[in-house]
Amino acid sequence: MSNKLTTSNKVLIVKAVIHLAAFLPLLNLYYLAYLDQLGADPVERVIHFTGIGAFNLLLITLTISPVAKKLKQGYLLQTRRLLGLYAFSYAVMHILNFLAFDLQFAWSLFINEVFKRPYISVGMVAFILLAALAVTSLNALKRKMGKSWQSLHNASYLITILVSVHFYWSVKSELISPIFYFVLTAALLAFRYKKIKALILSVFY
Amino acid sequence: MLIKSQVKHPIKSSQITDESVYLQRRHIIKSMGFLGAGALVASSISKTANAGFFDSISTDKTTAFETVPLNFTADKKNLGLKKTPEQKVISHNNFYEFGAQKHQPAELSQNFKVKPWQLTISGECDNPITLDYDDLTTLFTLEERIYRMRCVEAWSMVVPWVGFSLADLLKKVVPNSSARYVLFETLHDPEQMPGQADRRLGGGIAYPYVEGLRIDEAMNPLTLMSVGLYGKTLAPQNGAPIRLVVPWKYGFKSIKSIVSIKLVKEQPQTTWHKLAPKEYGFYANVNPTHDHPRWSQASERRITSGGLFTRNRIETLPFNGYEEQVAHLYNGMNLSKYY
Repeated sequence: MSNKLTTSNKVLIVKAVIHLAAFLPLLNLYYLAYLDQLGADPVERVIHFTGIGAFNLLLITLTISPVAKKLKQGYLLQTRRLLGLYAFSYAVMHILNFLAFDLQFAWSLFINEVFKRPYISVGMVAFILLAALAVTSLNALKRKMGKSWQSLHNASYLITILVSVHFYWSVKSELISPIFYFVLTAALLAFRYKKIKALILSVFY
Repeated sequence: MLIKSQVKHPIKSSQITDESVYLQRRHIIKSMGFLGAGALVASSISKTANAGFFDSISTDKTTAFETVPLNFTADKKNLGLKKTPEQKVISHNNFYEFGAQKHQPAELSQNFKVKPWQLTISGECDNPITLDYDDLTTLFTLEERIYRMRCVEAWSMVVPWVGFSLADLLKKVVPNSSARYVLFETLHDPEQMPGQADRRLGGGIAYPYVEGLRIDEAMNPLTLMSVGLYGKTLAPQNGAPIRLVVPWKYGFKSIKSIVSIKLVKEQPQTTWHKLAPKEYGFYANVNPTHDHPRWSQASERRITSGGLFTRNRIETLPFNGYEEQVAHLYNGMNLSKYY
């Protein structure tokens, strides 16, 4: 058997695991929430679950390339798009939960909150950027965009920073979890120190 | 005529079969939530496999705290309010002493000891007293009060409390002319209250929890010292053995598991106000026109039965619907300044 086939099988297996691990918890979550078996306030639970889930997925996506490099497992890079799309899907559910179940389609209140509350504004900016990455993840678009594709997708670093701010700002008093996530974010960005430094310099000079 | 009513079917928490199933499910969900994504798949699946997805076998099962039926006068005036199911009232709690997440107090408080208990009423008064556990339910005629409970986080419940007016208790100690405020304090016992021992679990607030009222607020007939709900003594997660209920104020004013009530001259420095003065005022009257800096207070979600698709967003009422009884306390005050 050629090496190529083995690699694609590996990718397939990892992708299958990602599908199971990312999709089944969502299914279970909404099933329990629908049955009112998710604590006394299922609305708060689904909002928090999908929010922190999106953040986790985002961080895992950013973990892939340093890990692939370290372990010399290049095929792992092919799973980043799927992970990123799951992060986006969780973020979509996070916002839909807020709009549909918390605010119950009070659109004016929704729009008001997005502009009036800094932590929601920050989250929304992160979401819009993430949506841009999701849309441009199509192969056809990627080819068309050429070099600018990579520049756009470097926004993933900014998104992660914005999300950590959004999380930190949203909590009432317990700061240890958001600080833990700050540290994780900083560590993942530190792996890309040179690249990020170059990016920042290219913006200012 | 005094109508004494007894709960017909007192159900011990330990007899509610689906409780542990429900706790277990939450456990699974939680472990999956952390993974949300895939890194911890293996451990989560094995956990699930061991426990069985909808099984009731729980590894960290605690014996449930026992609540006892009380004798009280039923509230006939507020039967129009649709009550939040008891299971939700006793499982969705903000009581950081037992964990800052809503489900934690019900899980981490079941071994809480309320006997013996001492509640001291002291300070600017002629006749300071200390009540013990039995005094709490025997010194005054108990009455049911079905009240709306509005949390500052913009959700609400309707709870059938059992208790007596704080005014009756304060009259017993005879406040003097210097008694302008009332200061309340929760038990400080890190050995029993894991949130007080662990900063992360306890949400990073200062302990002991302190709350306060102006003396006229404290003497208002709506202000309740609650010793029970749904006809039985309080469970620890709801503030056993005695707590305050101030229905026109945000829930954080209604301090739980009280050991000290002190009549004082100056406005007390209260816990949440100290932590974030711009977000939580001393007065904390429910006010739909004064937003929390991070969210709107104009409407709320009323927690009742029903799952995710329940349409339960309702307008928030000024003073939580008790305007007629309490608005006069704040005549001439700028309520956006004194929020």
